[in-house]
Amino acid sequence: MKAHIRESRPASFWLLAIVFALFVLFMYGPMFVIFILSFQGPEGGLTFPMRGVSLHWFYKLAEGLGVVDIGAALWRSLGLGVAVMLCTVVLSVLAGLAFRKRLAGGNTLFFIVVASLIMPSIIVSLGIGLEFRLIDNSIKAVLEWLGMESALEGYGTSLGLFTSALGAHLTWTLPFGLLIMFAVFNRFNPAYEEAARDLGATPWQGFAHVVLPLIAPSVVGIGMFGFTLSWDEIARTSQAIGDVNTLPLELQGLTSTVTTPSIYALGTLTTVVSFVVMGITLALVWALGRGRKGRSG
Amino acid sequence: MSTTHTPTLPAAAAPGRGIAAWWQAAPFTLVFALFFLIPLALIVMVSFWDFNEYELLPGFTFKNYFSIFEGCGDTSEGLCVTLKTYYSTLKFSFLVWLITLVVGFTVAYFLAFHVRSSGMQTLLFVLCTIPFWTSNVIRMISWVPLLGRNGLVNQTLIGMNLIETPIEWLLFSDFSVVLAFVHLYTMFMIVPIFNSMMRIDRSLIEAASDSGASGWQTLWNVIVPLSRTGIIIGSIFVITIVMGDFVTIGVMGGQQIASIGKIIQVQTSYLQFPLAAANAVILLAVVLMIIWGLTRLVDIRKEL
Repeated sequence: MKAHIRESRPASFWLLAIVFALFVLFMYGPMFVIFILSFQGPEGGLTFPMRGVSLHWFYKLAEGLGVVDIGAALWRSLGLGVAVMLCTVVLSVLAGLAFRKRLAGGNTLFFIVVASLIMPSIIVSLGIGLEFRLIDNSIKAVLEWLGMESALEGYGTSLGLFTSALGAHLTWTLPFGLLIMFAVFNRFNPAYEEAARDLGATPWQGFAHVVLPLIAPSVVGIGMFGFTLSWDEIARTSQAIGDVNTLPLELQGLTSTVTTPSIYALGTLTTVVSFVVMGITLALVWALGRGRKGRSG
Repeated sequence: MSTTHTPTLPAAAAPGRGIAAWWQAAPFTLVFALFFLIPLALIVMVSFWDFNEYELLPGFTFKNYFSIFEGCGDTSEGLCVTLKTYYSTLKFSFLVWLITLVVGFTVAYFLAFHVRSSGMQTLLFVLCTIPFWTSNVIRMISWVPLLGRNGLVNQTLIGMNLIETPIEWLLFSDFSVVLAFVHLYTMFMIVPIFNSMMRIDRSLIEAASDSGASGWQTLWNVIVPLSRTGIIIGSIFVITIVMGDFVTIGVMGGQQIASIGKIIQVQTSYLQFPLAAANAVILLAVVLMIIWGLTRLVDIRKEL
């Protein structure tokens, strides 16, 4: 390979490099613009020029935008994101292990997972919303039939953050989790596991002490996918959530009503959360990789 | 998404492990049964139900489907609302597909064949995928300060004396919708195409150039056909996303442009579930036909 590096680059390289640079600018440029504009001075508006630099619009954001309680929405989204992350990690790893063995109907399951990934989100969302409304109707009918008037009056809906919305998010995050597990196990050397078995390890010991440490960086990656995809999800959540809203749903609503840089401040805030999660992931992957090298060396 | 290979199952499995495998896959399967398969079945069922202002009325009627296509037989006064909306949504899908394909292929080609060190390759690839993990709505509204009436683009053009009055069609228009789609979803093209390209045996490229093929000939006759799988996967992703979209078209179109997803969303918010379900069934049928067509396209070309 060394000899290649000395070769002069063809003209097409430079042309493509310019296209690539423009593409990166196209990807990141607008994001930096709202990042800068969120520090707009109190007199400033939605566009340039900047009229001073301040945290004014972040304070405004903390006070709440109109009727929307941003803080509450933020905590709801964080809670849901963590729940989705945990479910995605545990279920994907288990399913990944199952697919390594003889799994009757494995191909059908894989087909369903891919179908869920490419299904237009509005259809999934509508279906889940419909399902839970029909459940509501059935529960109400049963309560009526039993003559439990007070329970009937107190009953709201089964739609909610940790029921329908959690399920809606999982139909989106689990396919990614499973595909990552496939990529991991396609490159996985089963010799380590066999060695553990030959040395008398139980299946659980083999998993906990051999397989899991080896796949740990990818498992952390699945966790990151789970959280960040849930944190920004709108389309699948939209019809499958009850009376409350997640942060991105509130944000979507605010785009047509808020005309101050507060909305940019909110954008900066949610992007920072995404980047913090990515940073934590990278740090964990790095630490895990170092730990493994340390033990083997 | 980086791989779509069905995993190869180990040839010999100890007896009883098949059952253990099912226990491991059960929670995962249950999620898809509860939140994907049953909801889909319910959509089909309810699309044949009747409804009034207060409740859903179980039954079997084609009323919802008829009402969607009401007036579509008569084309003397132009297309009916449903067909117009499908035309508009298909137009967006086609435009976005074409642009993301060209841009995504170019970027993936640069990364796979022109960046020589694998460390740099990984770094640049990650650089392309990071925006995928940030909020779509934020990435949409980030165009407002650039494209708005008093935005950076208009300010610059006026400053350069190229135009006298601000261009109005930059924001909340078909243009901004397509721009936002390309901005958001080119990643879905880059990743599968890049993955396909990385699997191409480099000696084939050398063989082509040794046989006297020009750069373009190698690109068109070797690399494009061998990247086919990635191109098809990327196309399916982009087209299905745009076909069902209501968020991007809503925000970037200033809530003024119709789309099938938007119709379904509005009908759901008015609790007209049977109508929304019938629309969803039709949308699903259209999307499946497109996917089927895409996969056929590949097979035909392979046989020629």
